[in-house]
Amino acid sequence: MAWGMASEACCYVYYPEDVNDLLEIFELAKVRGMTVGFRGAGQSYGDASLNGEQILVDLSGWNRILDWDPENGLITVQSGVTIAQLWRRVASSGWWPPVVPGTMNPTVGGCASMNIHGKNHWQVGSFGDHVIDFKALLPSGQTVCCSRLESPDLYYGMLGSFGMLGCFLSMTLQLKKISSGEVQVTALSAANLHDLLHIIDAHKEEDYVVGWVDCTVGSSAIGRGIVHTARHLDLPSQNILTDAVAINTHELPSKLLGVLPAKHLWVFLRMFNHRIGYKIINAVRYYLGLLRNGHGFVQSLAQFNFLLDYIPNWKRAFLPGGLIQYQCFVPFRNAHTVFHKIIQCCANSKSPPYLGVIKRHKTDDFLISCNLDGYSLAIDFSVKDSNRAGLSSLLAELDKIVLEAGGRFYFAKDSTLKPEATRSFLGPKTLARLMDLKLGCDPDGLLQSNLSRRILPELHGYQVDKR
Amino acid sequence: MNDPNKSSITFSRPLERVTRAIIVGASSGIGEALALRLAREGYVLALLSRSEDKLQTLCEKINNDTLGQAVYFVHDVKRTEEVPELFLKVCTALGGLDLFVYNAGIQFPNDPTVYSAENDLDTFHVNLLGLVSWLNLVSIRFQKLKSGHIVVVGSVAGDRGRRGMPAYTASKSGLHTYVEGFRNRLYRHGVVVTTVKPGQVSTALLKNTDKELWPISADLAAEYMWRAIKRRRLVVYVPSRWLLISWLIRLVPSILFRKLNI
Repeated sequence: MAWGMASEACCYVYYPEDVNDLLEIFELAKVRGMTVGFRGAGQSYGDASLNGEQILVDLSGWNRILDWDPENGLITVQSGVTIAQLWRRVASSGWWPPVVPGTMNPTVGGCASMNIHGKNHWQVGSFGDHVIDFKALLPSGQTVCCSRLESPDLYYGMLGSFGMLGCFLSMTLQLKKISSGEVQVTALSAANLHDLLHIIDAHKEEDYVVGWVDCTVGSSAIGRGIVHTARHLDLPSQNILTDAVAINTHELPSKLLGVLPAKHLWVFLRMFNHRIGYKIINAVRYYLGLLRNGHGFVQSLAQFNFLLDYIPNWKRAFLPGGLIQYQCFVPFRNAHTVFHKIIQCCANSKSPPYLGVIKRHKTDDFLISCNLDGYSLAIDFSVKDSNRAGLSSLLAELDKIVLEAGGRFYFAKDSTLKPEATRSFLGPKTLARLMDLKLGCDPDGLLQSNLSRRILPELHGYQVDKR
Repeated sequence: MNDPNKSSITFSRPLERVTRAIIVGASSGIGEALALRLAREGYVLALLSRSEDKLQTLCEKINNDTLGQAVYFVHDVKRTEEVPELFLKVCTALGGLDLFVYNAGIQFPNDPTVYSAENDLDTFHVNLLGLVSWLNLVSIRFQKLKSGHIVVVGSVAGDRGRRGMPAYTASKSGLHTYVEGFRNRLYRHGVVVTTVKPGQVSTALLKNTDKELWPISADLAAEYMWRAIKRRRLVVYVPSRWLLISWLIRLVPSILFRKLNI
């Protein structure tokens, strides 16, 4: 099942212990005429880590830290190592993974395959920007070592290629030096979309900046929200994470507000899984933020970055249909117009998103990339049997708006993108380059996933389907 | 289109779910009509039977004229040893499975003067034993998924033993009981098992009955079956009047039933 629980598939799951096992799996797939997909921690919202009725290789067992150089902040890890493992290992030496997602559960292999970003994309770029080199096994049986200088084509191609070119075996990451495990956070409220985008842009030089937007309100208050900016505390007097005890103080709390057991809170959230509930929660959040406009507070890096882990299993509040996220990237000059249209469409729809997040981004050099100089808007929708069709047409409409404005999409989150939209935003040159790399790395077309078949069927030689 | 590896089978999308079904015994009669009915609803189908020509024609019709899609596999249900491998192949071709329909059935002419062990064994093999491998494999899969729907086509004839077709009635009776056991086993895992008991339907089998009683067309039978599938019914008589007829027949005491000419 995908993390968002809106897509599921039956797969033949293999747990290889080493490279030889993986080679055997490739061989088996060739003999049986099957395809192979990869799964790390299965944290993608959509169908990226599924390969329905085919072979799925679970790499979460490859979770050893192979080398750690605390002097220079260089760490070599197997691809199944999670972000949680990583920060817990390095924080006590005064280092931090420079790019982390909103949850600490993904594996570095997954992060590299999707070239993920964090709340600091403008400042530090995406995950791939901090991969010094990596070792990968190609379906052709060849093991390759890639860096910016050694096989740069593969380096820039594989990072972000959603597992279609090969399997990451290990990688060396350059970590960020920190002198404390804390950040100084400031909350700033914005009355409308214009203010929100302006505040985010004005604070893009901060270490982290992220905007929460209320997508349930249209008209004049459209795009109201709260921006959180954060800066690493690097005063010498600050608490440096020198031992395990210090790290424990930076873990996420097991109780919220000191009394509410976090692991059961998803049951409470279920009560708000409807249109009125979303409006109530978003309005309460906005007005509380308004009261605390300009308020500053100190948070641990883990607490600031891994917001999605505060309430374990919160996604269960959206059962039985699950949830999907739609994230689009829009150039700076068009962002206001496009986001205005998107939020208005969402606010008018029968299934408004329960959450919206805006981030600032910059361009990068990777072959398959969603990043551009502009903003991204991520909106989360609850999926129900009653709203599937409506949601599908709403998101198709949003795709058009985004594409007309020269926007892009993010495969790690995607559940709805169609081949035309993928082709349109990647462009013929990128597609041709991807096809060439695919042919070179995977001549038998072994590597596939539900995501790849859905968004780029021609990558695997499939005809375009009826719908 | 029948190369599943490079076919245009629709890929399931999280918001646009495709319903996928296997129909065993799909080349003619109720199976064919049901395949067309499901295809009109947009199902992606794997059609199985012995007759390749008929399957090919039916697939072409579905792929050209309906919202749905179909691939076919030639399979004789008596070759039970083929089933495990074939089941994997079919699921791979479909990209998943939501509905399984077992409709394979044969009936020799209704004649109380004929005693043929060969015919009777054939009847049991096709009508009942052919289901065994399929039902077990499908059940394992659906139980793990905690979802899915199994539809097995029995017959009103299975409600009593008839002098002219003991093997047919016994095979259908065994089928009903066997399927009921699976229904009771799988119910707690979220899997629905439907037994369809058609009365007389205008198919090739009707020629082998001694008298016709209100036969309905295969298309109408398929329509009733589709409604039963939609409503996730457990036992359904097709058409429903056969519920009353069958009840009356079951009420007839054995001492009288053995003297009747039915």
